[in-house]
Order: sequence, then structure tokens, then C-alpha cells
Amino acid sequence: MYGLAMVKGLMVTLKNLTRKPFTVQYPEERVRQHPRFRGEEFVWYEERCTGCASCAKYCPLGIIRIETSPSGSAIPQGDKYRLEVFDIELQRCMFCGLCVEACPYDALFMGSGFEQGQYSRKNMIITIDQLRNAEKHPSTWFRPQLEGYEGDTSIRRGTPTIAQGDSRFTYDPRGGPPLGWREVGREAWRWHQKEKAGMRLGQIPETPESAGEKAPEPRADD
Amino acid sequence: MNCQLASDSVLYANGLYRVVYNVAGSFLPCWLAYLIAGLVIIFILVNAVLLGAAVITWGERRVLGRFQNRVGPNRWGPFGMFQPIADLLKLLTKEDLRPQGSDRIVFALVPILMVAPLILLTAVIPFAKNAALASLNVGVLYILAVSSVSSVAIFMAGWSSNNRYAMFGAARAVAVLISYEVPVVLSLLGVVMVAASMSLGSIVEAQALPFILVMPMAFLVFLAGMSAELNRSPFDVAEAESEIIAGYHTEYSGVRFALIQAAEFGGVGVVAAIAAVLFLGGWSGPWSEYLGWLWFLLKTGVVVFLFIWFRATYPRLRIDQIMAFSWKFLLPLSMINLAAVTLEVFFLRGDDGSLTTADLGIMAAINIVVTVVSVIVFGNLIRDRVTLRTRQPQQVAVPGVPTIEVS
Repeated sequence: MYGLAMVKGLMVTLKNLTRKPFTVQYPEERVRQHPRFRGEEFVWYEERCTGCASCAKYCPLGIIRIETSPSGSAIPQGDKYRLEVFDIELQRCMFCGLCVEACPYDALFMGSGFEQGQYSRKNMIITIDQLRNAEKHPSTWFRPQLEGYEGDTSIRRGTPTIAQGDSRFTYDPRGGPPLGWREVGREAWRWHQKEKAGMRLGQIPETPESAGEKAPEPRADD
Repeated sequence: MNCQLASDSVLYANGLYRVVYNVAGSFLPCWLAYLIAGLVIIFILVNAVLLGAAVITWGERRVLGRFQNRVGPNRWGPFGMFQPIADLLKLLTKEDLRPQGSDRIVFALVPILMVAPLILLTAVIPFAKNAALASLNVGVLYILAVSSVSSVAIFMAGWSSNNRYAMFGAARAVAVLISYEVPVVLSLLGVVMVAASMSLGSIVEAQALPFILVMPMAFLVFLAGMSAELNRSPFDVAEAESEIIAGYHTEYSGVRFALIQAAEFGGVGVVAAIAAVLFLGGWSGPWSEYLGWLWFLLKTGVVVFLFIWFRATYPRLRIDQIMAFSWKFLLPLSMINLAAVTLEVFFLRGDDGSLTTADLGIMAAINIVVTVVSVIVFGNLIRDRVTLRTRQPQQVAVPGVPTIEVS
């Protein structure tokens, strides 16, 4: 019938009128981002870094500049170099993440921010002081130990809102508190603890149920 | 001194004009009272139309946004209410461009000619009981005559712009306007016939039953025809942005463009007000002595919402579909409506030619049936019958490949 289809069309739009708007008013409201989002600010843990410059070596664009001096008074252990310069030229970075993959000591992480717009290109270079002083909100990209997986509450406590129903993603890089260097390493991952027991990285955080429990299967992507 | 306008004087009887004139005339010479009353009325009208246009711009963008699951303008002011002001300020700072080879005088006249009819139309609309600025006794005729001026303005815009897209848009707009004028006039004839008057105030008073119930077909035709005359979606071929940039106002910028936009959105408001007066009972409602203006504004708002709803729902029609819709669908419908109303009035009217509320109820019952039947019949007549044919692949004999016989 002729008029009926037109009425049907009107009802479709009316149904949309009663719905909640889909858009998010960005500066006031934010969408919760995926934990593996590769953001602009790199997260660097000086305590973990040995100054091996693997990240600088693996960077396809050569934008990471590291200068070290032989460890003297600063690092008494003697197996680390003292970092003097750690510059990342962000304006040329393509966020491939190869530096993070290359880091053997879990010292470098992709960041989770995306609001690093600057007025000058000079300001786009992240210096070692900025890396030291920045709040550490690491992305879980290539660092699955941060994510926490099903049934595991030892790593990070968070509210599972992204990917509702997928309890693997309990980690919220933006919303949660910043992470210290002890919390982010692979050795903090329970099934990994045995493997990394020999690492001299200070005190391994103890979890109450870790002893005598069968370790869960590792994630497929690790 | 002591100039008073009699309450039964033809042109301005019971209008706001008379009130202002009488107050001013009690202590001023007649010519000054005349001038002051006129200026006051003009001030009110211009501001009402432009403010209404601003409010409708904002409302349309908000409601349309919600129709599309967006929020709409929400940055400046409560609920983004000052967005039209921001738009206007932006447009005022723009350079006033005129294309090379354009007809300068005609080009400059167009925005004025588009806004002026709207302000003139507002003069006869009764906002409440006895609150029409000029209650003409030929109100409907006046509306039809004045509202047609805008088509001249549109054609002037297309002609003077020295731009082919503008010319295309203007030609399309005029074609649409001419086609839709006929069914609209015929649908209004029924209203005039039942109300037995052309004055908008009398038409409102005649609506013991709102005319949308008495003749729903006339309301449908009027709504469709008016949204075509306003160049609104789904009949917006005149400014179809995906085909001809912006149609007739392609070359306009700055203040002129602001005026054309104001005329477009103000036109929606004025047409909605006319529809509310003619079909929804205008200011009549509970406590209409005091709340008449509220009922009037509410009904106007409902019709504006209908226009926005149509815009959000229907995609743009092709020009031939628009013509077919007018000549093959709306015109027969309005003629059937006119014939039905004529017969009903002829048989139902009393000895003095008046219709009671019961008569109107009978007419409503008959006309609703007539509406449904004729919409179905004429809808089936004009619809495109699409037959789907599936083409079978031709059987080609390929040497060396055995043909498979399909039984």
C-alpha cells in the first residue's frame, strides 16, 4: 500500500529520535580506549633500563638517540650504563613499536596518550627528563603481562568496561593509577616468575595465591 | 488630537495596530499616531520573524541531530541556544562577494525580496484572539498572493548570479513552485468554503472541530505542497547540494546569505503558523482567552516538528517524481477533497448557510474514509511498478566441452 510505507519510514526516524545520542562530547567525555592502543607518550622505566640501546638500534627511522656513560657512582651494580641522553623525535615516529619489541628488560613501553599536539616541531622531541618525570601509563601493546587475563586478579585491578563481557581487558591505561617499575615487568606475571627467577631486578612482588598453584596457560600472542 | 480608530473599521479592526494607534492618538496629532503605530508594528514584525527564524534554525539543528543520533549544536549558551547568533556574527564578518558579470541591482534586491514576504505574511496571522496585527477580511487570498513573491525572488537570484548552477536551481524551484501552487490553493478552497470566510480570525472561530479532522486530505496536500514551496526536503531539488552546489544561492555570501537563510527558516515558521491557524484551530483551546498565544505557539511547534521529521525521513525526489507527485497525486486528491467538501456543505448547511459542530463531525467521518480510499487508489495509480527479470546466461557451445542438458 502506498501511504503505509511512508508512515513506516517516519516511524524508523522516530525510533532513532528516542535513542540516546551516539556521539561523545570529547573534551568533557571520553571513550574508554583499548588497553593496547599505541599512544604518543612513550613510557620508560629508568630502573629497568640498562642503556643497551637496543631500541635505538631497532628503530627503522633512527629517531631514538641514546648517549650513555660507563656506570660510575650512579649505578653501583656495575652492569648498567648511566643514561645521559634519551631523545625520541616524536614528529617522525610511526608508532611501529619495534623499539618496545626490542627491549629485553621491559623498560620501554608504548604510551597511552594522544594529546601531545605542540605548536613547534622542536617541542615534539621527548627528552630524558620528560621520560623520567612523566606519569607512567603504559600501553599493553606487546606487554600482555599488564593486561591481566581471565581469573587473574593479581596484576591489575580495574573496572572491565571496554569490550564488555571480555574480562581479559581489566586494565585501563588512562583511567587507572600510574604504574611503578615493579608492577610492569614480565617477572611479575605469575607463570613467568619461575622462568625469570634468576633476574636481579630487586624484589619480586609476592601474590598471596602464587605459591603451589598451577600457573595458567600463557596467552597465545606472547 | 484624539484620533481614535473605530473598532469596526475594515482594515485594522481588532488588531494590535488599533490599540497602539488609539493610545498614541489620545495625545498626539493623527499623522504622528499613524506613523508611530506603523513603526511599532513593523518593529515587532521584523523582530518576530527574524527571532523566529533563529529559534527554528537552532531547533531544527538540535532535533535533526537527535534524529540522526547526534547531539547537534551544544557549545554556546544553554543547549547551544546561541548558535544562530554565532552563525550570524560569523556571516557578518564575511566579505560581500558579487560574481563577475552579475546583474548588480537584481542580485542585491534578492535577499530583501525573500525576507519581505515573510514579514508581510506575519501581519495577518492571529497569534491569539483579536491579536492579529491586521485582520484582513481576505486573509487567505493575501497569504496566497504574498507567499508567491518568493518564487520571483528565487528566480531573480538564479538569473542575476551569472552562474549556471544558480540558474538550474532557480529553474527547478520555479517549476516546483508553479506545480505545487495549484493543489495548495485547491486545498485551501475547502477550508474557506467550510469556514465561509477568508479572514483568518473567522476561520479559527469556525473550527469547532479542527479542520485537520474535518478534511485531513486538505491538510496532507497543504503540508506536502508547502514543504515543496519552501524547497524543503524531500522536495529540495532547488538547492540539492549533491547535484548543483547550493542552487539559487550558490553565489551569495555574508549578510545576503544570512538573510536568505533567515528567509528559509523563517518561512518554515510562518508556514507552520498558517497551517496551525487554518487546520489545527489556531489559538482555540482550554482557557483560550488567556492562553491563546500558548496554544497557537504549541500548534505551530507541532507543524515545525512535522517539517523537520519529514526532512529527517525522506530522501530527495527526482524532479520528474516531484512533478508526478504534484500533478498525478496531490492535484486529484485536492480536487476530490474540494468536491467532497462542496457536496457536504451543500447538503448539511442550515437555512442561514451555517454549519453546526454535529455537521462538522459528519463531514469528518465522511472525509476520513474518502481520504484513506483516495490515497490508496491514487497511490496505486502513480507508483512505479518494477518487474524484476533475471537473465539466464546464454548457452554457448564450446568445442571439446560437453554441454550439460538441464531438464
